[in-house]
Amino acid sequence: MAERLLEIKGLKTHFATDDGMVRSVDGVDLSIDRGETVGVVGESGCGKTVTALSVLKLIAMPPGRIVAGQILWQGRDLVPLGADEMRKIRAKEIAIVFQEPMTSLNPVYTVGDQIAEVIRLHEGLGRKAALDRAAEMLRVVNIPNPQRRVHDYPHQFSGGMRQRVMIAMALSCKPKLLIADEPTTALDVTIQAQILELLAEMKSTFGMAVMLITHAMGVVAETAQRVVVMYAGKVVEEAPVGELFRAPRHPYTQGLIRSIPRIDTASVKKTRLEAIAGVVPSLLDPPAGCRFAPRCRHARAACLEAMPALREVGPGHKVACIL
Amino acid sequence: MAGSTLASPIASPQVRAAQRKHVSPWREAWRRFRRHRLAVASVVILGLMVLLVVIGPLVWQVPINEIDFSAKLQGPSWQHPLGTDDLGQDLLARMLYGGRISLAVGLAAMLVAIVVGVVVGAVAGISRGSVDAALMWLTDLFLSLPQLPLLLLIIYLFRDQLKDVAGPEIGMFILIVIVIGGFRWMPVARLVRAQFFSLREKEFVEAARALGASTPRLVIRHILPNALGPVIVAGTIDVAAAIIAESTLSFLGLGFPPDIPTWGRILFDAKDNIDFAPHWVLAPGVAIFLAVLTINFIGDGLRDALDPRKVM
Repeated sequence: MAERLLEIKGLKTHFATDDGMVRSVDGVDLSIDRGETVGVVGESGCGKTVTALSVLKLIAMPPGRIVAGQILWQGRDLVPLGADEMRKIRAKEIAIVFQEPMTSLNPVYTVGDQIAEVIRLHEGLGRKAALDRAAEMLRVVNIPNPQRRVHDYPHQFSGGMRQRVMIAMALSCKPKLLIADEPTTALDVTIQAQILELLAEMKSTFGMAVMLITHAMGVVAETAQRVVVMYAGKVVEEAPVGELFRAPRHPYTQGLIRSIPRIDTASVKKTRLEAIAGVVPSLLDPPAGCRFAPRCRHARAACLEAMPALREVGPGHKVACIL
Repeated sequence: MAGSTLASPIASPQVRAAQRKHVSPWREAWRRFRRHRLAVASVVILGLMVLLVVIGPLVWQVPINEIDFSAKLQGPSWQHPLGTDDLGQDLLARMLYGGRISLAVGLAAMLVAIVVGVVVGAVAGISRGSVDAALMWLTDLFLSLPQLPLLLLIIYLFRDQLKDVAGPEIGMFILIVIVIGGFRWMPVARLVRAQFFSLREKEFVEAARALGASTPRLVIRHILPNALGPVIVAGTIDVAAAIIAESTLSFLGLGFPPDIPTWGRILFDAKDNIDFAPHWVLAPGVAIFLAVLTINFIGDGLRDALDPRKVM
């Protein structure tokens, strides 16, 4: 069995607002092995990003707070760690790439300086050596003419190129886990494909594990080995990618998969694209039972009473549904 | 696998070719600054003025306080190129000498205001809650204080002590700089705080934090440089305001002693005689005007030059 890198157990991250506690992440279990790509999917506001930010403890506290659970990084719990120790883990062990490449780079420094800053901070390299490494990283992420581009400012790069720079920066200290938080959402489709390709390439070069957060099922199908489906702050299904698309067990996952536009069948059958009826429940006051029950076409009385726990239904396939 | 090698080492001829093309950020800034013609002209004019007040009194060795009633209120002549005042003192000598004090007070008070303002604004802007509230409360307090009576009091209280410690001129200089700077930092602090509020939510700050930057590093390296544009402009305006504030103090008899000329002092002395000796008011007026204008243009040019997004 592969080495377990990250294990999240019963994570609850809540936000105090004027209206009350928002339970953005409400009991999430998730694990990532060395070198594995795990897709985390779910619609907006289901807690994907908050889970990722909790791992790096980048939640603004207050109003946010990790109220329960453990985040085990190679067996060591990150939740009680102080700011100084967390800083050493960021970028060096776990790095993150955000979805907004246009504004994620500081406009007043050259991209080389910004990559070099991360390297100098974590590896204690000199300015010159760090800049050389930065140029090398730009070359690795396939930016043409890296020796010159390293001295360019962010505004001289296009969106896709900036995302490449962000990936170069995140990988510059060779982290063991890269969290990609919707890395392609802000980019157009052809660039999306390029960035996903780059991520796959980087994975084979550096061998890091990837936690790919997205709401696009297609992206997951192409890149991940294992998929975790989240709904309203909880994990509802977890399965190897092939199994999930072949035999989704949770009605929510089934709905998600049915809502993917398919170029091969839609044009022939002229069917309407299916949508999941209803809206995501408020995380202020989530329903008592299964959180998906109000929108579920198979819901029955038992569903409204208690949230079903994740249970194993096949090898590596877990689902939180009584059906 | 994590320790796998990073492909091939960089080919060295390429490195050299690329580095030849590369210009350092400061050279780049200088290149952009040069395009700003008004700013360059202002640097030249201000430089000349500074040069003039620094070496002028050494060349034009007429005493600044030699009273000669037979030559009072004379217009420009070869003997007195800028004319004389109502005591027959040579105006050129007084202008040159006064320029030293006025320019020094303006720049030093601006520095005090900027440094205090940036520190207060940055600390308030990055910390949430009670620290921010306390600092803004302090800022509002300073803004709402009646400044003139307070200036009077401070100068009255500390003038003699400082004179004893540092001598009449230096002591007064320090006092005036601190007093003027100490009452002009509030707009800068508010400006910086507002900038910080919007900048700290920016993704690049979040990204830097995610990559392991500490809070002081975030503030100094990532947020502050992005907030400096408006601060530079505010600073140049402060120079002008400080020169004028000094003249107000002089007018009230709270500034430098009357026998020490400053531009503001000369201007105030001149205004009563504007009807029959217009030359007198002209010299300090033009000098203050030029100093203020050129410093503003320089600030403008600096802001553009230091902003890499500006493609010129």
